[in-house]
Amino acid sequence: MTTSTRSSVDWQKVDSILESYEYKKSNLIAILQRIQEEFRYLPEDIMTYIGTKIKDLSPATVYGVATFYAQFSLEPKGKYVVKCCDGTACHVRGSMPVYTSLKQRFGLEDGSFTSKDGLFTVETVSCLGACGLAPVVVINEKVYPQMTTDAMKIIIDTILAEEKEG
Amino acid sequence: MGTLNINIQDEQKKAQESIDAQGLRVLVCNGTGCIANGSNDVIARFKELGADVSILTQKDKMTIVPTGCHGFCEQGVLVIIPDLDITYVKVKPADVDEIIDSHIKNGKPVERLLYISPKTGEAVHKNEDIEFYARQSRTSLGNCGKINAESIDEAIAKHAYEALAKVLEQNNPDAVIDEIEKSGLRGRGGGGFPTGRKWRFTAANKGGKSYVVCNGDEGDPGAFMDRSVMEGDPHKLLEGMAIAGFAIGADEAYIYVRAEYPLAIKRLKIAIKQAEERGYLGKNIMGTDFSFDIHIKEGAGAFVCGEETALIASIEGERGMPRPKPPFPANKGLFGRPTLINNVETLANVPVIILNGAEWFSSFGTTTSKGTKTFALTGEVNNTGLIEVPMGTTLREIVFDIGGGIRNGKKFKAVQIGGPSGGCLTEEHLDLPMDYDNLVKAGAMVGSGGLVVMNEDTCIVEVARFFMHFTQNESCGKCVPCREGTKNMLKILEKIVRGQGEMKDLDTLEELALAVKEGSLCGLGKTAPNPVLSTLKYFRDEYIAHIKDKRCPAGVCSALKTIVIEEENCKGCTKCARTCPVGAISGTVKNPHKIDQSKCIKCGACLAACPFKAIKQA
Repeated sequence: MTTSTRSSVDWQKVDSILESYEYKKSNLIAILQRIQEEFRYLPEDIMTYIGTKIKDLSPATVYGVATFYAQFSLEPKGKYVVKCCDGTACHVRGSMPVYTSLKQRFGLEDGSFTSKDGLFTVETVSCLGACGLAPVVVINEKVYPQMTTDAMKIIIDTILAEEKEG
Repeated sequence: MGTLNINIQDEQKKAQESIDAQGLRVLVCNGTGCIANGSNDVIARFKELGADVSILTQKDKMTIVPTGCHGFCEQGVLVIIPDLDITYVKVKPADVDEIIDSHIKNGKPVERLLYISPKTGEAVHKNEDIEFYARQSRTSLGNCGKINAESIDEAIAKHAYEALAKVLEQNNPDAVIDEIEKSGLRGRGGGGFPTGRKWRFTAANKGGKSYVVCNGDEGDPGAFMDRSVMEGDPHKLLEGMAIAGFAIGADEAYIYVRAEYPLAIKRLKIAIKQAEERGYLGKNIMGTDFSFDIHIKEGAGAFVCGEETALIASIEGERGMPRPKPPFPANKGLFGRPTLINNVETLANVPVIILNGAEWFSSFGTTTSKGTKTFALTGEVNNTGLIEVPMGTTLREIVFDIGGGIRNGKKFKAVQIGGPSGGCLTEEHLDLPMDYDNLVKAGAMVGSGGLVVMNEDTCIVEVARFFMHFTQNESCGKCVPCREGTKNMLKILEKIVRGQGEMKDLDTLEELALAVKEGSLCGLGKTAPNPVLSTLKYFRDEYIAHIKDKRCPAGVCSALKTIVIEEENCKGCTKCARTCPVGAISGTVKNPHKIDQSKCIKCGACLAACPFKAIKQA
């Protein structure tokens, strides 16, 4: 896994994001969301930079906000982010076996969420609001309804096959 | 009287004409649920085929209308053709050809795509005859699924912005607050605070800058009514906010939406732009002095931001941590200014109240809880989905009539209502009229209205552990009793589901529950112990079974499972022994095998591997 170094960051991109949000403190969450969209995570250097560029903000505050919200990741996420919904409805209808099977498949121990090849990140979310279709799994933006461990296996196989073909 | 530069009735007429010109309207649900079931492909197929159809009815053309959520997500993709009085369920792209050829061209309904009532086993043609819809009273969800959520004309034809025009014309903010107060509307986000009173408190600080904030941070797992309103009828919400703004003297507003709802964000943005173009939002609305701007703020995944002071902090770009009240947001809220915070469903009720009157609204419901309430009905019930019923409807009507009973003929065990802040209701509550006060008395709460139905196969202790895990995870950490208390309660619950609990743990749980409730600042901590307390009250025997008998009555908790090989069915194929990751299975070829229980980790791999179904879980 590579983490960005100061020189490899596209600082122009960061500046243009800050500018589009008028360097406003109240836009910090939106700014971090855009940064994460661009870089797939929040690199430490960029957080420090934001903390010095915006008035009345410190790098510590930026770090505090970034670690407070579940959406933000301080480590690079996989190319495919697999979100297993574990809201009440999904939980009652068996979301955990699906999640466990994914963690096993990618060899993810407790506390690790991204596969070694950097292709998949597996995480849970509390509720996606698609409770009628429980259990639900979302891969990048696509929603897969009424999942089972078998169906999940086929979906991951398909993604892997597509990856191989390039 | 204020003078408006538009005549809303004329606008409605124009909008209706444009809808009439659409010919045969085919409504295809395009909410998050149906999109997951492939509704975009169904729409594409209809459009492909629809171009050159000569249609049976007098209409000379067909229009495909992508709508918001109908609420009946499990039966998606839903296709409704009002002119033909028909509702099709579970429609796949491949079915579209037959719908067009058989029904639209030749007047013969496609029987195999009709909804089959789980009660009578018969096919149902009309939407209003499906028992799921038949017993509902849809107010805030009234237009969801009936209009194209991305078309302002369709909303206007269904009376959008008529209530706003009415209040602007009458030009009496106090009268608006009176009307809302008289209606008896209470906050639909959980607490049930009287909406009119909240408006009056905020209006009392009129003069300088003030804000309206719409709480769309629907964080309760198992609830999705706000998502449906935002996706299916966004103009109703915008109108409700504008009316609130006019009443309290605010000119700026924010909608705080969870980032988990990208479609809701997209449709709200479209709706805001359309309303601004028509002059229903923005500067000098409808030619009056009233100006009102609405912005969208995306959340970033923190349940606690549903609490109003935490939500304000989050909009300001900070960590979403609650602060003590007073000062209440009505006095000192967003950016230090007076702020009115209402939830999506509450605001969506406002235009309907203004149009139909407070008396009409209060004719629904019970003495203390007026109007209708949406519930997200999910879990082990036949018809899952979003429903709206008068306050005071019983659980029995919801689960057994609208919900069509428990799936697969299983037995009803309990309903979890109100999410992580709520509690369990059992068989003895089936005939309790559900309203704010009755539910609190029963140890639960309406909350946002998530209703998860559980059957005999659901382990209540595991559910309590699930909720505690959730609140422990979402506790912001500000108050020590909540931060540390939930952690310790979770530890105890984990111990119990592992079969390592002791009887004295139950007392500790209750003691901790009290400390967390008393010692926490905000609603999250004050209600976090509820799921544990209510299950301890109604299902204490299940806790005891886990502790004393080391047994999970529902057979869910893996640590308490035993996996055994039935000698008479085992053919001695050795497959299980080869599959077992810990070498717990031994035996020789063609002789029955055995599991060493001290080594077994209950992973279930052997269960799946056995070709003779000789391995059972007890």
